[in-house]
Amino acid sequence: MAYSDKVIDHYSNPRNVGTLDKSKKNVGTGLVGAPECGDVMRLQIEVDEVTNTITDAKFKTFGCGSAIASSSLATEWLKGKTVDEALAIDNMEIVEELALPPVKIHCSVLAEDAIKSAINDYRVKNGMPALEEAKSHH
Amino acid sequence: MLKLPIYLDNNATTPLDPRVLEAMMPYLTEVFGNAASRNHPFGWAAEEAVDYAREQIASLINCDPKEIIFTSGATESDNLGIKGVFEMYAQKGNHIITATTEHKAVLDTCKHIEKLGGRVTYLPVNEEGLISLAELEAAMTPQTVLVTIMYGNNETGTIQPIREIAAIAHKHGALFMTDGTQAVGKIPVDVIADGIDLMAFTAHKMYGPKGVGALYVRRKNPRVKVTAQMDGGGHERGMRSGTLNVPGIVGLGKACELARLEMAADTARLSAMRDRLERELLTLEESYVNGSREHRLPHVTNISFKYVEGEGLMMGVKDLAVSSGSACTSASLEPSYVLKALGLSDDLAHSSLRFGLSRFTTDEQIDYAIGHVKEAVTKLREMSPLWEMFKEGIDLSKIEWAEH
Repeated sequence: MAYSDKVIDHYSNPRNVGTLDKSKKNVGTGLVGAPECGDVMRLQIEVDEVTNTITDAKFKTFGCGSAIASSSLATEWLKGKTVDEALAIDNMEIVEELALPPVKIHCSVLAEDAIKSAINDYRVKNGMPALEEAKSHH
Repeated sequence: MLKLPIYLDNNATTPLDPRVLEAMMPYLTEVFGNAASRNHPFGWAAEEAVDYAREQIASLINCDPKEIIFTSGATESDNLGIKGVFEMYAQKGNHIITATTEHKAVLDTCKHIEKLGGRVTYLPVNEEGLISLAELEAAMTPQTVLVTIMYGNNETGTIQPIREIAAIAHKHGALFMTDGTQAVGKIPVDVIADGIDLMAFTAHKMYGPKGVGALYVRRKNPRVKVTAQMDGGGHERGMRSGTLNVPGIVGLGKACELARLEMAADTARLSAMRDRLERELLTLEESYVNGSREHRLPHVTNISFKYVEGEGLMMGVKDLAVSSGSACTSASLEPSYVLKALGLSDDLAHSSLRFGLSRFTTDEQIDYAIGHVKEAVTKLREMSPLWEMFKEGIDLSKIEWAEH
């Protein structure tokens, strides 16, 4: 399969690979996918509680090049966004940016799920109600 | 200068040996006759070339030249052998025994036999990829006409206990056929000593051209016959009609001659290279060889790298032309049925790479491959949440995954 230049770039030079301290109250962690499905994404955000802005984002992904690129791109986009802005990221924006073919759209869906799941974790940790939407794709 | 990508997919096909091409060239140009033309020198020259090729092939597998039926390749040979025996011996019975790790050319032919009202037993294999002789024995019935078990497996290189299998088949009055596609030309195959009644093989897995193969059909003790699957001019003793592919046949003959002369040297060199590749890659934690390491073709290794996803791995080893245990270029993630038959979980089957070395593989290429695979696996693991969890001692099977 031919990958787009952007997918190859993110695969070869992934942005923000790593781990944030999930015990910190202002860190939200999302773990989505399953090993037997061939994709597992873990996406983490660190939030400035005063400004409600995402100050750092990290990911680790087990998956194909498109899955790695989707999560790498997601962390790039998350940094500097407010939590509300982050919630508005739609998987189709990732599809467009990375020029994902139809068989790889699920990678972008997984990335969107990972973002929502991380935000949800942050919300729950900080006494806010869980997002309804976080489960919508499952 | 090392040319990239490096071809290490020689179980899929091998390059043509220049000496084979040289032997073929006259038959692609001035010696163009039809081997079935009996009335003029053009035909005689072609027939002579075909007969010589038969001898070259016969001396590689220790048979009589008349026992070679030329076909378009191993798939046709498998079809002709299985369907041909099923039809020819219909009065004796309708039961065939094979194994779950056979090539699709055998498995799908057997499926076809079932549609025709035949009964097929698919023997399982153990974690090494070997069938159980006891299970074979137990599966034999008076209606069993054919046992067909491959010589060496295309994905793992595992070599089945051919002589023992043949003995069991014969004890119960059945014929024994083997798909020798990966083995012929690579390891000594002797149809007399091994007790083989029919054998499919092809030129392009042993440095010959594509589109030509053969079916060995035993002529005495017992005299085996197969019903032709194509109607026509009655070539190849009536078993396979169609004008002979003279240049292809000359190529197959030459490839067999070279294999016979160079097998010992090739095997020594390739198995040393393969072992070095394997040894180096196994220094990566959580990497496993698939299939038997004791009973194995000398030029193959199949290794799974845990906690790395197959398609991502293939993308990471872009400088190598290898096969993966994963057919995940399509939307459906279908792991290799051969590796699954060995008991591998889906994720381990997906994250496997098959390396097939050839006569033309160099030490320099192997050095590069070792570094390239190590780098890709290490990089992907650093990026893998599963690897991090494994390193933290988390039992991944205990996690409730949000299924997608």
